[in-house]
Amino acid sequence: MRRIERMIEIAAAVLREIFDESAYQRFLGRTRMVSSPQAYAAFRQEYEAAKSRRPRCC
Amino acid sequence: MKNISQGLLWLIVATAGALSLSTVALHRGEQINAMWLVLAALCTYALGYRFYSKFIAAKVLALDAQRATPAERLENGRDFVPTHKWVVFGHHFAAIAGPGPLVGPVLAAQFGYLPGTLWILVGAIFGGCVQDFVILLFSVRRDGKSLTEMAREEVGRLGGFVAYLAIISIIVVLLGVAALIVVNALKASPWGTFTIVMTIPIALLMGFYLRRLRPGKVLETSVLGFVLVLLAILGGQWVSQSPALAPWFTWSAPALAVAIIVYGFAASALPVWLLLAPRDYLSTFVKLGTIGLLALGIVALRPTLHMPPFTRFIDGSGPIFAGSIFPFAFITIACGAISGFHSLISSGTTPKMIRREIETRMVGYGAMMAESMVAIMATIAACVLQPGIYFAINSPSGIVGKVPEVAAATISSWGFPVSADGMRALAQAVGEQTLFNRTGGAPAFAVGMAHIFSTSLGGQALMAIWYHFAIMFEALFILTVLDAGTRVGRFMIQDALGHVWKPIGRTSWYPSILATSGLIVAAWGFFLWQGVKDPLGGINSLWPLFGIANQLLATVALCVATTIIIKMGKVRFSVVTLVPLVWLVAVTFTASWHKMFDPNPRIGFLSHARQLASSAAPGHETVRLIFNDRLDAIVTGILMLLVTLILLESAWLWTRVLSGRREFEVKESPFVTTRFAVEEQG
Repeated sequence: MRRIERMIEIAAAVLREIFDESAYQRFLGRTRMVSSPQAYAAFRQEYEAAKSRRPRCC
Repeated sequence: MKNISQGLLWLIVATAGALSLSTVALHRGEQINAMWLVLAALCTYALGYRFYSKFIAAKVLALDAQRATPAERLENGRDFVPTHKWVVFGHHFAAIAGPGPLVGPVLAAQFGYLPGTLWILVGAIFGGCVQDFVILLFSVRRDGKSLTEMAREEVGRLGGFVAYLAIISIIVVLLGVAALIVVNALKASPWGTFTIVMTIPIALLMGFYLRRLRPGKVLETSVLGFVLVLLAILGGQWVSQSPALAPWFTWSAPALAVAIIVYGFAASALPVWLLLAPRDYLSTFVKLGTIGLLALGIVALRPTLHMPPFTRFIDGSGPIFAGSIFPFAFITIACGAISGFHSLISSGTTPKMIRREIETRMVGYGAMMAESMVAIMATIAACVLQPGIYFAINSPSGIVGKVPEVAAATISSWGFPVSADGMRALAQAVGEQTLFNRTGGAPAFAVGMAHIFSTSLGGQALMAIWYHFAIMFEALFILTVLDAGTRVGRFMIQDALGHVWKPIGRTSWYPSILATSGLIVAAWGFFLWQGVKDPLGGINSLWPLFGIANQLLATVALCVATTIIIKMGKVRFSVVTLVPLVWLVAVTFTASWHKMFDPNPRIGFLSHARQLASSAAPGHETVRLIFNDRLDAIVTGILMLLVTLILLESAWLWTRVLSGRREFEVKESPFVTTRFAVEEQG
């Protein structure tokens, strides 16, 4: 049972990383902001600048 | 006791692998179940990972559990973040898996199921997985440096320059051919076109929800977007049956091509891509879901393969693309076996997330195995179709004829029976006007996937929904690759031209943005337009060009890897990268030579141009086709020259190092002990 719980936790963590939710949480922690439309706009601005230079694989 | 039981377990895996592989390879006459392919693949991956990757990790790369990674040393909460190995694995897999492993194997199925399957397995275990693993590790040991930077530092300035040109070439050809796949999937399809058009307002809505209502809740937003896309698919059926609305979404191939070119330019040059960004998440969500669903479908339904192991087209006379198994099967399937593009991901975001050096094996080697499995599933999706249907969908009208009865008769004469009525019924079942001449691989994959699911989930009644779900998934994903790729290409051109004239390098200067966006869109738009206007369907010319460009990048990556291994003083172990390198050089050179100089006009660009020139009085269209052929030959020649240059520079360096004229010196970051090893022990 514990192992299944752990697998679900990891799967959720994978999805949060793929969908940048973890990156947003790290951003909030780093900038000491609380989640809000303004904080998310600031995160996107910083994040997109780096992300837009990353190639997507074929 | 533990050793004996483990040995026994691996003996069982090896036996099962040998049995399933021999069934797949030697079975003749009767159709086989797709599960044999799945079992053969799983056993091969298990053995490859357990033994070969372990050998590389221990002997060649000497992974050090005590060495801190850049994610730990340079941790900043932004780029460098130590991350759990399974999270990095998932992130890396999501970044490397695109439409390539789905399209390439579908096209290569014209040779039968066996050549593609064997190349996917052998190519991945000894080539693709090794490339991804070693480049990832070498990038980790160099503070997450990119392939271009490593090529410049370890091979030389020429190596860096060739890597840059290879990346630009592959981006341009990839975007052109990817856009062509979307055009061929959506042309004269009001259902598909409506669904894709609807993703734009859905993305805007998702953007509003994500920014204003639930900041940062991307997964929740993606689920919402997914539900809306499903509604759009259902709405598409209604639109396609509406005499008033259907004509609005029934577009010809040239009209779709123009729309995609305008879209690509707008996404790169205007700030609209910020609004479209949520669609990127949506496409990732749909991609992961579809791959998972397809895997479940194949395992649960265990479909039968109708395609024979070999078809008559192994002689090189294939209707989808001309050319024999060697070298064309090996450049047609790149992603899924070995893809140079992966080296950009392995030296991009992933090395900055690796927590422990020893985890590069699981992430680099393991994620590529997972992608290879996706390619096996695509092979299955194509091969569950009756071969006649497969060839009817994928063959261009220039080969089989435009009239359905003529096309069906031509394909039947090859020994793959199909009837025009049968194809009409199938088109009706999937909600399309016709399925003839839908080159590009995506429609055949979609029909295969719909076929697998409709045998249980919803039956024939849901076949049209499944088909359009698969088309939507591929088109959506390709369009996000297209807008992201155009922006990456634009930045690369700005960076390069910025050395010549500084203002061009300013990424916020609008004239520069417009000019460089126009340049990159014009480059891939040219290939797209060429493909749309090509009577042979475009895929015949462009997919091999893409394969050559992709394998060129893999050649650059393997040259860098071999150079570093030699400089590490492990010359005898350099065979692990040298063997796939030699193979890729043989494949790339042979394919390039054939594409340029083969006397068969269906293969050689120049002989095709000569044939056109010698035909009846050349009109405007013919002159354009001749120009395209000659340009394609020049592009192929340039790619071949680039391979030669990087090889010569690498070989020159190897000779100098081995003869003692240059020191064995690698440019790694200094050793720092990791704190994670101590934490784990404590």
